[in-house]
Amino acid sequence: MLLKRLTQAMGPSGFEDEVRGILREEVSPYVDAIYTDVLGTLICEKGRSQPGPCVMLDAHMDEVGLMVVGVENSGLLRFRPLGGVDPRILVAKRVRIGSSKLPGVIGSKPIHLQKPDEQKHPIPEDELFIDIGAKDKEDALANVQLGDVAVFDTLYDTIGDGCVKAKSFDDRVGCYILSEILKKSYAVPLVGAFTVQEEVGLRGATAAAHRIAPDIAIALEATVCFDGPFVPSHSEGTRLHGGPALTVQDGRTVADVRFLRFMMETATKHNIPYQLRRVKGGSNDFAAIQKSREGVVGGAISIPLRYMHAPAQIVSSKDVENAIRLVDAILQEIASGNWVEERFAN
Amino acid sequence: MSDDISHLDTLIALLQQDGGPGTEEGVASIVKRAFGRYTQDIQTDVLGNVFATVQGTGEGKRPTVMLAAHMDQIALLVKAILPGGYLRVVQAGGFDARTLVGQEVLVHGRETLRGIIGSKPPHVTTAEERKRTPPLEELFIDVALSEERAKQLVHVGDVVTLASQPVHLLNRRISGKSLDNRTSIAILLECLRYLGDKPHEADVIMVATVQEEVGTRGAIAAGYREKPDVAVAVDVTWADMPEQPQDLSFKMGEGPSVTFGPNIHPKVFRALKDAASSSHMPWQLELSQGPTGTDGRAFQIAADGIATGVIGIAIRYMHTAVETGSYDDIETCAKILARFIQTIDASFVEGLTCY
Repeated sequence: MLLKRLTQAMGPSGFEDEVRGILREEVSPYVDAIYTDVLGTLICEKGRSQPGPCVMLDAHMDEVGLMVVGVENSGLLRFRPLGGVDPRILVAKRVRIGSSKLPGVIGSKPIHLQKPDEQKHPIPEDELFIDIGAKDKEDALANVQLGDVAVFDTLYDTIGDGCVKAKSFDDRVGCYILSEILKKSYAVPLVGAFTVQEEVGLRGATAAAHRIAPDIAIALEATVCFDGPFVPSHSEGTRLHGGPALTVQDGRTVADVRFLRFMMETATKHNIPYQLRRVKGGSNDFAAIQKSREGVVGGAISIPLRYMHAPAQIVSSKDVENAIRLVDAILQEIASGNWVEERFAN
Repeated sequence: MSDDISHLDTLIALLQQDGGPGTEEGVASIVKRAFGRYTQDIQTDVLGNVFATVQGTGEGKRPTVMLAAHMDQIALLVKAILPGGYLRVVQAGGFDARTLVGQEVLVHGRETLRGIIGSKPPHVTTAEERKRTPPLEELFIDVALSEERAKQLVHVGDVVTLASQPVHLLNRRISGKSLDNRTSIAILLECLRYLGDKPHEADVIMVATVQEEVGTRGAIAAGYREKPDVAVAVDVTWADMPEQPQDLSFKMGEGPSVTFGPNIHPKVFRALKDAASSSHMPWQLELSQGPTGTDGRAFQIAADGIATGVIGIAIRYMHTAVETGSYDDIETCAKILARFIQTIDASFVEGLTCY
């Protein structure tokens, strides 16, 4: 199962090889051309010589992770985060390190030996280590190298009603949606970009957008969903099962209102549930694509994701399915000539 | 009667099994099956303690030596089902709430449900919030169910356990939940394996106790029931890691810790130490200044009092989902205990009350 394979693969920013391999194998039979750019973004062209605006669909392959930066005499590994990781989430978790996926654990001082009040404060980042079971420094260095990267060791599985759990739905769920779309055919030039290094500053998308020079671009992402009863509704971002989320404004973009209206109208016309993303922070690759060259029209479609950047995350299968339906409907509408910028302007 | 197969697989099965204080049945059934390789005399008491007795070769009234390891693991209990189907929990054992954030759990309701202890994404976390750590009362479990469905499947009081699968690290080290104290169950089993057909005068009672994590409750009844001449609690201690007090930190892979202090009968301590030397096995000295945090605290004052010893392997990250211990230490500890059992005779027992 593709989403399972994608979420269980290792691919922190700059080290997306395994994810790229899975995607290349998956979509190759369905596209006209497939190649990588100098940063490692996987670009897939489909019907590019057809008439109509060139549509770029973007999903990033990378996930947040850790990098091994030192080894203690005890054999414990020092690390630093790659991308936005809250150190508080790392305590007592399992990781896999390097291409051999060597297992390791991040432990913490036992409760019995803590000083009073110690539990009121987060464990400082420099007191967290990865333990691979090495006896000492030499033993550790025989098994890992400085610069090896690590990701959470989490299995994909079902959870609750109509949901799945895994690591790195941000943004393997976008990669999954893009793969499914590339398996279909549209009467419009289509370029799929599985980008690199989104988590460290939208870097892959910046170069890819310049190269592809699309007329329209849509980023397929995962976005904050923190919709418990203990959260004020203005902070929840999105609601699980509420349908794909459309960006109005985030940390780096103000939506192109014309394209936002087009997406909303398309969703309504095709009877697809959607919601507006209600959180101002965070962003996605569209922020980079929008500012590419002379500027690009488009937007972002995001899957509500609980516990983003944590080891175990939750998405709703219905939300994923509806996102695929929405992208499909948008491409059909564009192919039918129903995207006319002026029509959606004020 | 005995065979020569390592109990590593049994340990892995024990680590995969869930069993909080008071809900040890699943663990107990694995333990009974494993003990069954060595004796037919297996009994369970009213609390759920499992006793396996191997007769000694002594004439007349034989000495009795009991080795104990607790089967329970620390757990949580559901205390409320919130709107949205989220669960709040209380402790059944001692978790540091900081180790629970983002953890996968199993909720043992009408069905066993997967759950995730939620965390606020960094994208909406303020700098101020990053400096604090939510206490257990603020943590919640997400079972991805609506409130209505959650209320059908989960009830207040249901047990929640960590869903952490064991993993093999380098150097025969194993990491997972409940190494505290399932590694010590493995020690009892390995000890029976090493004891094999070797002669020992004393009757040996292996007991897997319940409810240690909430106050050595199984041990209180087990000590009273058996009233052995000697009782040794086998329980884990702390392996070294940065920022820990040195006298409470032991080296992994360098043999078990043998405890010395008021909770320990000096002659039992000496016999354990001598068993290590005579079997050429490494051991480490753990000093304790009062009742230990093990079943040994209950045994010492059970009935008329029992001569008590405490031994166990050092594990890292105790009471977390990634407790880490060495199988080498398990084997070393078991060899020492097998030798120790062989040294228990009538004159040793007679000496226990001679001060």
